Amino acid sequence: MSCCGANPGYEEIDEVSRLIAAKLAAFLRTLRDNAFAVGLHEGRDAAALMAAGYAEKPALLRSAFKHLFSARKADWEKFDGLFDAFWLGKRVRSRSVTMGSAKAANSPSLKGLQDNKSERAGGESASDQIPSTDDAPEDRAGEGRMEGASRADNLAEIDFRKMADPGQIEEAHAVAARLAKTMRTRLTRRDLARRRGYRLDLRRTIHSNISHGGVPISLVKRQRKQKPLRLVMLLDASGSMSMYTGVFLRFIHGVLDEFREAEAFLFHTRLAYVSDAMKEKDAGRALDRLSIMAQGAGGGTKIGESLQTFNRWHAARVLHSRSCVMIVSDGYETGNAALLGREMAALAKRCRRIVWLNPMMAWDGYAPEAAGIKAALPHVDLYAPANTLKSLTALEPYLAKL
Amino acid sequence: MKTREQIAQALAASGYIADAELATAISLMQLLRRPLLLEGEAGVGKTEVAKALAAAHATELIRLQCYEGLDQSSALYEWNYQRQLLAIQAHRGGDAEEIEDKIFSEKYLLERPLLAAIRRDRPPVLLIDEIDRADDEFEAFLLELLSDFQVSIPELGTISATTIPHVVLTSNGTRELSDALRRRCLYHYVDYPDVDREARIIMARIDGTSASLSLQIARMVENIRKEELRKVPGVAETLDWAAALVGLEVRDLHDAPEVVHETLMCLLKTHEDKSRVTREVTERLLGKVA
Repeated sequence: MSCCGANPGYEEIDEVSRLIAAKLAAFLRTLRDNAFAVGLHEGRDAAALMAAGYAEKPALLRSAFKHLFSARKADWEKFDGLFDAFWLGKRVRSRSVTMGSAKAANSPSLKGLQDNKSERAGGESASDQIPSTDDAPEDRAGEGRMEGASRADNLAEIDFRKMADPGQIEEAHAVAARLAKTMRTRLTRRDLARRRGYRLDLRRTIHSNISHGGVPISLVKRQRKQKPLRLVMLLDASGSMSMYTGVFLRFIHGVLDEFREAEAFLFHTRLAYVSDAMKEKDAGRALDRLSIMAQGAGGGTKIGESLQTFNRWHAARVLHSRSCVMIVSDGYETGNAALLGREMAALAKRCRRIVWLNPMMAWDGYAPEAAGIKAALPHVDLYAPANTLKSLTALEPYLAKL
Repeated sequence: MKTREQIAQALAASGYIADAELATAISLMQLLRRPLLLEGEAGVGKTEVAKALAAAHATELIRLQCYEGLDQSSALYEWNYQRQLLAIQAHRGGDAEEIEDKIFSEKYLLERPLLAAIRRDRPPVLLIDEIDRADDEFEAFLLELLSDFQVSIPELGTISATTIPHVVLTSNGTRELSDALRRRCLYHYVDYPDVDREARIIMARIDGTSASLSLQIARMVENIRKEELRKVPGVAETLDWAAALVGLEVRDLHDAPEVVHETLMCLLKTHEDKSRVTREVTERLLGKVA
């Protein structure tokens, strides 16, 4: 890749090119640290670009590298800052920790803790390590499905907020995650059974009947490909919901893991896209990453504004005609209730169904009188309580019908 | 075409006003022989890039419009079964092997866009439009084709590319594309043009627009884009509007505020947006246009 100028000695050129190569490698590493998907091939191409004269001016090299290394709009937007910071030594204006990027939440200490904990919980002979004797049988319950299910039955009707025992809560979390898995398998099975061709495919019919001399004996029908149901979840993480967010986060984690198409958002006073962070296999670690992103959770709730953000920036990408939006919130809007009504109307036009889960609904004497929920209800297709595992399970047949 | 200036000029000659970044992207595309992935809102002129590129190279544009359920037989190749059957009937009683060789020859092969693109004498521009509408499986298949540029047809054997086409992919972002596909491509985000560039686009595309009118239209559209709208007007809409204004013989937007308001239907495509931009709003926006 070195050019053929003859003035400096070959060794000097080698030295220079080695330096540049090292610097380039460091730049690639910086990009990788910032969640760019950069492979070996890109590195080679980058070297080729520099050799081809694109390194004459910084602006030109930046533009060229930007096209080469970016893969999505988020990359595209932050590239200039990274480039300037690395090559030109300028300070990046605000190196925002990007939401949901793969490397955003590097907290080794926390992660290590979590790993240790889960390892211990998974180990067979760790009973002497765990102080509470109650925990040991639960560990085993996790292994044998039947046992777990029977225990879950007892738990199924207890309101999440009334679960005080940490063991019980942990189990409810596990059941929520498992519930998401079974929902997914049943949904797909029904999907397949319903398929039937609705229109004759003439070209294929002739093709498959060539062996009969072209007499159409076996017919080939065309069938509409079923789009898998896409579940988009918007979870209220404000203070008034704090008793329920834990369970629903586990539920969402399970759904994201198992559904082919699912997206998740968290909102309180603003909206955060959390699918990427939640796709972490280990539930504990995913929650860790989330807790960093959800800073500010536990304050007021601006459902209307959050929905506005969703409609404006995410809806086009995330929703299609077979999407179900599931909003989990108590509907206590501290922002503008009229705005919430408007945004709900807009959202209703974009998706197949809106399910609003309100854990407060099952409370004695609860009536949807908060201004927020009143404005939203006309646009909701299903308004259901979701304060127990049983009520969560009850949703599944409804989702299957979509 | 070598330098970026030449590329920009060649594109301009075919009616596409490119910014410096896009010119760089196209020069890279030629240097590295990688496909170019264009993303951006609907109506910012992604497809036009490919058309202009084909015109600039003076070569053919082969377009594959993606949709859900797009499969190999409509994207790559298919045998012409009807003709094959007729041939079998016509040569009934002949040598079986001979007939077989006959009906599985090039003559009975229907070329679909992807196969066509790699069998031209002169490298064409292959436009794979709205790749996000095709399904994941097709994306994976495309990835294979884009890396090897060869196709194997069981009855005929492997067909290698005679020329490597210039590949342009566009995406509206209705579905997240796979990282593998993104990595293979150069990426360019097409944004709404700035006022100056949009004015030049109007002048290049619509006959009979003066520089001052184009600038006014571009400013007005920029103001409208800043309003809270459901559907932000793209460049195509701007051009429609400019054509409408020229057709109605408007020389200056300030002379005909009525016509301006009534022709806004070219830009605003939903009932909600239309009712939001009232006469007063139009006047306010017009006031900002120098």
